[in-house]
Amino acid sequence: MERRAPVAVLTGFLGSGKTTLLSSLLEHPSMGETAVIVNELGEIAIDHHLVRKVDERTVVLPSGCVCCSLRGDLADELRDLLERREQGELTPFRRVVVETTGLAEPAPILATLLSEPALKHRFRPEVVVTTVDAVHGSRTLDRHEVSIRQAAAADRIVVTKPDLVETEDVDALVRRLRELNPTASVVAASFGDVAPRALFAGPGKKRAAAAARPIEPSGDHGGVHAVTVILDRPLDWTGFGIWLTMLLQARGADILRVKGLVDTGGSGPVVLNGVQHAVHPPIHLDAWPDGDRRSRLVFIARGVERDELEASLAAFAA
Amino acid sequence: MCALCGVLMSEHWAEAGEGRRARVFRVALLNRVLGHFGLELGDWSGVYVLRDRKGASEVVGDLGALWQAAERLAGRPLDPLDPSLVRALSR
Repeated sequence: MERRAPVAVLTGFLGSGKTTLLSSLLEHPSMGETAVIVNELGEIAIDHHLVRKVDERTVVLPSGCVCCSLRGDLADELRDLLERREQGELTPFRRVVVETTGLAEPAPILATLLSEPALKHRFRPEVVVTTVDAVHGSRTLDRHEVSIRQAAAADRIVVTKPDLVETEDVDALVRRLRELNPTASVVAASFGDVAPRALFAGPGKKRAAAAARPIEPSGDHGGVHAVTVILDRPLDWTGFGIWLTMLLQARGADILRVKGLVDTGGSGPVVLNGVQHAVHPPIHLDAWPDGDRRSRLVFIARGVERDELEASLAAFAA
Repeated sequence: MCALCGVLMSEHWAEAGEGRRARVFRVALLNRVLGHFGLELGDWSGVYVLRDRKGASEVVGDLGALWQAAERLAGRPLDPLDPSLVRALSR
């Protein structure tokens, strides 16, 4: 049984409606016993929730890699939450929601949760929810690299403020986001009107199985595009691990996301999910989610092509 | 932490829960890759030791750290998409 507390990350560019969405979500009965970590105590509805404020503090590791840098503030806060809960100083919580600043990179948060020894056995990254503003979102994606990174890291994308623009504009933005990140579900919602179950993970394996549907290579989004690597032979897991770790070291800054299903010859696939260098522990499924039993991995990346990925992966692991 | 050598024990996602046999296979495959860049990997009781041809070496705990050390010793990124490496592994 899973005993680690789920941690949901809520991110999105400046003014994209994160706090409105979070406030609305927290009013839902199913969101009781949620601890919230925010950067600003703004207008969030906090009455019956445990809300903690942190000042984002990123610790850059000797490797100098930004995505693997650790969020010291978050680690301290989560450790403190645990200690105080165990000492009975806090009400119990079932879930933690971390609301980032508008300019935050999501990858260091995941790297912190996945690598900090004191945290990774007590917390698990649950979902990355990214808000994109229907009014300014398209322009923000054009102009701000971090906005592309936030969308690429998402498991769910909420297009906010759709009531302020024409329906065709909302549809065009939703299409663009689905093309940029085909691994995420995209919904449009005004005033944070989204059911929590649409954003937060249900049964992990079922959600995970929806990981990767083969897609056509997407259009270019500021040099970033999504490609699906498909191999129809079972892959050697050892070779695959060598290949992906090497690829993420060499090209990690340009590989914003990798998500998919890997056929290792078992009855079901292995689900893989990574944001830049931060790779979640792989999940083994008992069965394939559909009739397609090929390994398929979606890469959201800059400067890598499907053919070279497939040829290289086959040389290492097929 | 390994009490003997002080190196962090591996919990890397690509190595979790593996047995000795898988590790031996991994080291053999890694040496095919690393050899292309003039590097060699040894496995000393669960700790990787990476060497270049000039005798410089680094001790690393897991696959993630291995590639960073290999990049330092080789003086350049080790790119798995490098066509000459792909050709060499495919032979």
